[in-house]
Amino acid sequence: MKAVNKVDGRAIPLGLKNVDTDVIIPAHYLKTISRIGLGKGAFETIRAQPGNVFDDPEYTGAPIIIAGDNFGCGSSREHAAWALNDMGVEAVIAPSFSDIFSGNAFKNGIVTVVLPQEAVDRLLEVAKTDPIHIDLENKVVTTPYQDRFAFEIDDFRRNCLMNGLDEIGLTLANADRITAHERTLAQTQPWLVPVAA
Amino acid sequence: MLDSGSSMATKPRTLYDKIWDAHVVDQRDDGTCLIYIDRHLVHEVTSPQAFEGLRVAGRKVRRPDLTLAVPDHNLPTTARVDAEGNRLPIADVESAQQLAALETNAPSFGIKYIGATDREQGIVHVVGPEQGFSLPGTTIVCGDSHTACHGGIGALAFGIGTSEVEHVLATQTLQLKQSKTMEIRVEGTLGFGVSPKDVILAIIGKIGAAGGTGYVIEYTGSVFRDMSVEGRLTVSNMSIEGGARAGLVAPDDKTFAYLKGRPMAPKGEQWDQAVAYWRSLATDPGATYDKVVTLDAAEIAPSLTWGTSPEDVVPITGLVPDPKSFADPSKQAAAQKSLDYMGLVPGQKMQDIEVQHIFIGSCTNSRIEDLRAAAAVAKGRKVAANIKQALVVPGSGLVKAQAESEGLDKIFIDAGFEWREPGCSMCLAMNPDKVPSGERCASTSNRNFVGRQGPGARTHLVSPAMAAAAAVTGRLTDVRELMA
Ligand code: SF4
Repeated sequence: MKAVNKVDGRAIPLGLKNVDTDVIIPAHYLKTISRIGLGKGAFETIRAQPGNVFDDPEYTGAPIIIAGDNFGCGSSREHAAWALNDMGVEAVIAPSFSDIFSGNAFKNGIVTVVLPQEAVDRLLEVAKTDPIHIDLENKVVTTPYQDRFAFEIDDFRRNCLMNGLDEIGLTLANADRITAHERTLAQTQPWLVPVAA
Repeated sequence: MLDSGSSMATKPRTLYDKIWDAHVVDQRDDGTCLIYIDRHLVHEVTSPQAFEGLRVAGRKVRRPDLTLAVPDHNLPTTARVDAEGNRLPIADVESAQQLAALETNAPSFGIKYIGATDREQGIVHVVGPEQGFSLPGTTIVCGDSHTACHGGIGALAFGIGTSEVEHVLATQTLQLKQSKTMEIRVEGTLGFGVSPKDVILAIIGKIGAAGGTGYVIEYTGSVFRDMSVEGRLTVSNMSIEGGARAGLVAPDDKTFAYLKGRPMAPKGEQWDQAVAYWRSLATDPGATYDKVVTLDAAEIAPSLTWGTSPEDVVPITGLVPDPKSFADPSKQAAAQKSLDYMGLVPGQKMQDIEVQHIFIGSCTNSRIEDLRAAAAVAKGRKVAANIKQALVVPGSGLVKAQAESEGLDKIFIDAGFEWREPGCSMCLAMNPDKVPSGERCASTSNRNFVGRQGPGARTHLVSPAMAAAAAVTGRLTDVRELMA
């Protein structure tokens, strides 16, 4: 996974509360065989509305989304995180996130920044005209106007994000323990290796 | 490890504790353990993005020899080859894509693949035990929640999501926290016409669809000791419908007899070693469970569901319940919604309810014993005129061949059933076998959720014999009346 120290750029001022995973990526995109390409279905229902923020040329290629409370609620589909990845979104700022979504986002290298509603409101204003800067190392969000909003993030997750470590990478860092377990098994339960049928 | 038996252990342990302890690779301070996975079953729906993830990261499958791939969910159950033996194309583009992806991913990562036209193909949870790939005392995972099925032979088996599938492919392990244990003890003798499906429906009716949340269930008592291995697989399969991630039945002589000689099962001296180890896994006398639930076998009747949750269970002799009869106000509201969806009114006799569809199949009830039970009822009878479709879908090609050698296919076809190719079929609306909106199905599958068998479809979960009984009378029927 790509290491993330900071996310810098324009932010889509979505602002909506309770954006569920069905809104992020509708169910009819689930019968796919790839994580790539889901961006085209992302926020389909919102994009059907004329003048929506996603199709506003002002925010083309924006790496950040700013939303309201409870972002990513609903079904556990990991496709929601894949869709955001595919759109080029690297971070979401909101007052709260669903647990499952923030887990899925983390697994896919997306930073979820939790800030109080007042801070989110201020950032929604700034986002209309200026870029926003998320500094993961110092756990702070800043704007070109001296705004400075500190945020909390689990140390384990922050460390993984900053070093580009995914869960598989972390487990593989323990590969010698797995190998040792396999060696013991080969001695004690040799029948576990299936007979090649 | 071989010292998992009772002799070395100081504290008495349950079957679950023993399997868990033998699979801990590493433990974090917060109690999360890295658990070794002995067996990984892979199907076409939840695996494509996992393989893609490996490819993107340049990773390999750590133990392809412990992994087995079989397509089942999307595969149509109609003929797969034409008269000349050529593969027939699959009409649904996305299903065809998922199937093609598995067909290339498995060999390119060195995984054994049982293909759509192979004799051994079938539903993953039928194929695993049947091939001797699933073994007692092992940890088994699959990207499908009914993986709990394999607990019937005494394996700790549970469903996982796509990123976990990728994690297991790459590392052969999973990060897990230990579950609590629940003993479900059923003592006594089952009454005439009562099958393993009725037992598990009665259990879920008692504990509720969330009753097992956070637990792994061990099924104990004379009913499970006396039950066939096929029956135990049926019971354990639906553990997840009671909220439990996994179910277990202690492996015993029946289990060993069932597995002996299966293609991928241990052979010779290793078999004897394995059996000795498996015997040591039974729960020690004096071990305690976090929760104990008991049922009296004599009180279990042929049962079925009336609503849209698997906990909505009544005996076939019962009535559609009045939502007001439930104490919990949220259950009252849910029951009313269920009845509206199901098109039923309180007080209606379950036996008066007409059905239009019959589905005998799914990983819950598509093994040979299930087909024999259904055929015994169908024999010499005809599917009723109001039945639009009656499907019998064997769980695997080997089950199908066995049934045909016993003449069961003929019994079904003569009665007016369709005899299909193996797959998940009408269990879930992902392939062409669906129940049309507003129509009603007596189904041997495991989920009666809204839309599970097709948008607007109405499902009543029943045993294979009860499904056959409903087919010949055209309504939900007490199979005992036909079993004289
Ligand atoms: S038969 Fe149904 S429950 Fe079983 S694996 Fe297939 S879809 Fe899942």
